[in-house]
Amino acid sequence: MIDERFDAIVVGAGPSGNAAAYTLATKGLKVLQIERGEYSGSKNVQGAILYADALEKIIPDFRDDAPLERHVTEQRIWMMDDSSHTGMHYRSDDFNEEKPNRYTILRAQFDKWFSARVKQAGAIVLCETTVTELVKDIHGRVIGVRTDRSGDTIKADVVILAEGVNGLVGQRSDLRPEVAPDSVALAVKEMHFLPRETVEARFNLTGNEGVVIEAMGTITKGMTGTAFLYTNEESISVGIGCIVSDFVDSDITPYALLEAFKNHPSIKPLLAGSECKEYAAHLIPEGGYKAIPQLVGDGWIIVGDAGQFVNAVHREGSNLAMTTGRIAAETVVWLHRLRNPMTKENLSEYTRRLSETFVMKDLKKYRGIPALLHGNKGNFFGLYPKLISQAMQTWFRVDGIDKVSKEKEIFRSFRSARTLLGMMGDAFKLVRAWR
Amino acid sequence: MHIVVCIKQVPDSAQIRVHPVYNTIMRQGVPTIINPYDLFALEEALRLRDRLGGEVTVLTMGPPTAAESLRKTLTFGADRAVLLTDRYFAGSDTLATSFALASALGKIAADFGKPDIIFTGKQTIDGDTAQVGPGIAKRLAYNQLTYVSRIVETDLDAGEIIVERRAEGGIQLLKTKFPVLITMLEATNEMRRGSIENALLAARAEVVTWNATDIGIEDLTKCGLRGSPTIVKKVFAPTARSEKAQIIQAEGGPTGLAEALICEIFQRAPGVESDLYEFAASN
Ligand SMILES: Cc1cc2nc3c(=O)[nH]c(=O)nc-3n(C[C@H](O)[C@H](O)[C@H](O)COP(=O)(O)OP(=O)(O)OC[C@H]3O[C@@H](n4cnc5c(N)ncnc54)[C@H](O)[C@@H]3O)c2cc1C
Repeated sequence: MIDERFDAIVVGAGPSGNAAAYTLATKGLKVLQIERGEYSGSKNVQGAILYADALEKIIPDFRDDAPLERHVTEQRIWMMDDSSHTGMHYRSDDFNEEKPNRYTILRAQFDKWFSARVKQAGAIVLCETTVTELVKDIHGRVIGVRTDRSGDTIKADVVILAEGVNGLVGQRSDLRPEVAPDSVALAVKEMHFLPRETVEARFNLTGNEGVVIEAMGTITKGMTGTAFLYTNEESISVGIGCIVSDFVDSDITPYALLEAFKNHPSIKPLLAGSECKEYAAHLIPEGGYKAIPQLVGDGWIIVGDAGQFVNAVHREGSNLAMTTGRIAAETVVWLHRLRNPMTKENLSEYTRRLSETFVMKDLKKYRGIPALLHGNKGNFFGLYPKLISQAMQTWFRVDGIDKVSKEKEIFRSFRSARTLLGMMGDAFKLVRAWR
Repeated sequence: MHIVVCIKQVPDSAQIRVHPVYNTIMRQGVPTIINPYDLFALEEALRLRDRLGGEVTVLTMGPPTAAESLRKTLTFGADRAVLLTDRYFAGSDTLATSFALASALGKIAADFGKPDIIFTGKQTIDGDTAQVGPGIAKRLAYNQLTYVSRIVETDLDAGEIIVERRAEGGIQLLKTKFPVLITMLEATNEMRRGSIENALLAARAEVVTWNATDIGIEDLTKCGLRGSPTIVKKVFAPTARSEKAQIIQAEGGPTGLAEALICEIFQRAPGVESDLYEFAASN
């Protein structure tokens, strides 16, 4: 018999669950966190870039002992066709600041560190245990969870679902719908080992400086998706991801896509001589604002990827996960102190608080983007990258043709590929979706 | 009945990597696990306790991080965990290890009751010597039963135990008296999954932690590197296998893929196909 009762149970130990459990425990609540993996981070995949601000709001001194790889001093955005890339690079010494803004991390190590902090804060963390269902009372209020271990229901005032994008607990209990194939991306990623000196020489880095490359174009073979390459201390993370329904329609396998990306003439030399240490695949919720499910109910709250909190345009996810986890926990602490019950109505304070943060504001701003890119994927992930690359080449190649003719040629190539109206339409829609 | 299980935390050998540049073993970041052979010993101990009553104490010598492995054994349902940790123990070979463990078992006997049975795994995956168990038995003057594949009978009143022991060329049926040290063979049982109550208890349990002084060791020259006559002369990496993973592709969905996969296996290992037919025919 388990007659003890917890103030809160957190399902999952990714960034959202750890943020929630840590916040609750430091405020003195009795917290149980349940994770199905062998340890926090063992099941998790990310690029991975850590945005300092979201973590700083939870653990201000995290830089003292968190396992961080490199701080990002240079951002490259590449538009790629089959043989070229057109790039925008931003590098600034301002990013070499006392408290850097973005870091590359390895999730397996980072999550483990975060989890150790959660335990230190006083939460009980059970790993290798999967939550199988939410237990409800006769009024439909969630009162606890059951796990894949034999034994009783574990009871709590509130259950925080931080179970990630494909969390089955919420689905099984009808709290949220199954993720639709067109609002979730499948990403594959590899870690390539290279000696520290090689990484630094290859990317012009000093000390712990780091470079990130985000890429799009024909590399996704007309599917809606992006690719990335991040520098770690002694390795490089490289990956690519596309919307699941596109993979289904195209019959292209994710690993074939990654192989092709790694062999692209712009990428290959960056990985030369490296040894692949790790291969991982994971889903990313990309449905944006419109895909956000109901977030609270009687006795439950959803945070992180489980709530579709990913800003696909800016490649932000873990920071939204941590912020939603923190705010959910703060709401629970607030109700707990007032001795107010964890009803749907009371918990909806979480949704209200969220709407005042960057999380909801950003997702709302980009609410039209997923549908726009998906509906015009042939143009955005095929035609335009090719045209831009051709235009660049025409412009830079010196071959005795005068510049006026070159300009005309570029203009003609765009006109013959797509009607002026179509192009203006796309631009207009993009601007509108962006605003 | 008091049963003690000696376990070791070992690097997960499936995940050990050799530094591609310097050719040394990269220990850092390699996850640790409970020596897989020890789990069979632990499960057998738990079964005996469940049947006959009593307590299971788990003992390990290792770095402070070995407490995690001990905690895991509590999740499985062990009653108590003891960690023996001291920098004086660093670099112990099997002689020094069995000395330290036997000393700790002396204190366990004094504090928690004399063990009727001490279990160890058959051997460890990182040392492969199979010497520590017998070493402990010798030092404590326990009867020893090595390579046990099954516990046939335990008679508490008579103080007797009957086991099956796998030996070359057959199985021996052996009877002996308590107290006894048993080294358990692999694949003899299946580790249980602890209940949620066990898991909750384990998450909060205190691991009993002792150092060399706590267990009454006075002669430190018998410990660690100084007490170890074994010398590791050289560590080297075997050359990498040239065989590469192969990606199998096929039309026709899961069925097509399964067929392609099976064809590939049959082609490489022709014996498997005929074995399977024979198996199917005999069932
Ligand atoms: C390839 C890739 C690259 C990315 N790059 C970035 C990036 O650079 N920057 C960024 O900010 N974000 C990035 N993201 C997104 C980011 O990884 C996620 O937004 C973030 O991990 C979400 O955190 P979470 O805690 O909500 O979910 P998760 O990290 O998925 O954690 C969920 C946890 O719940 C556990 N769990 C699930 N079900 C159960 C159950 N029933 N019982 C017990 N435990 C359960 C899981 O094992 C897991 O540990 C990337 C994602 C991918 C896939």
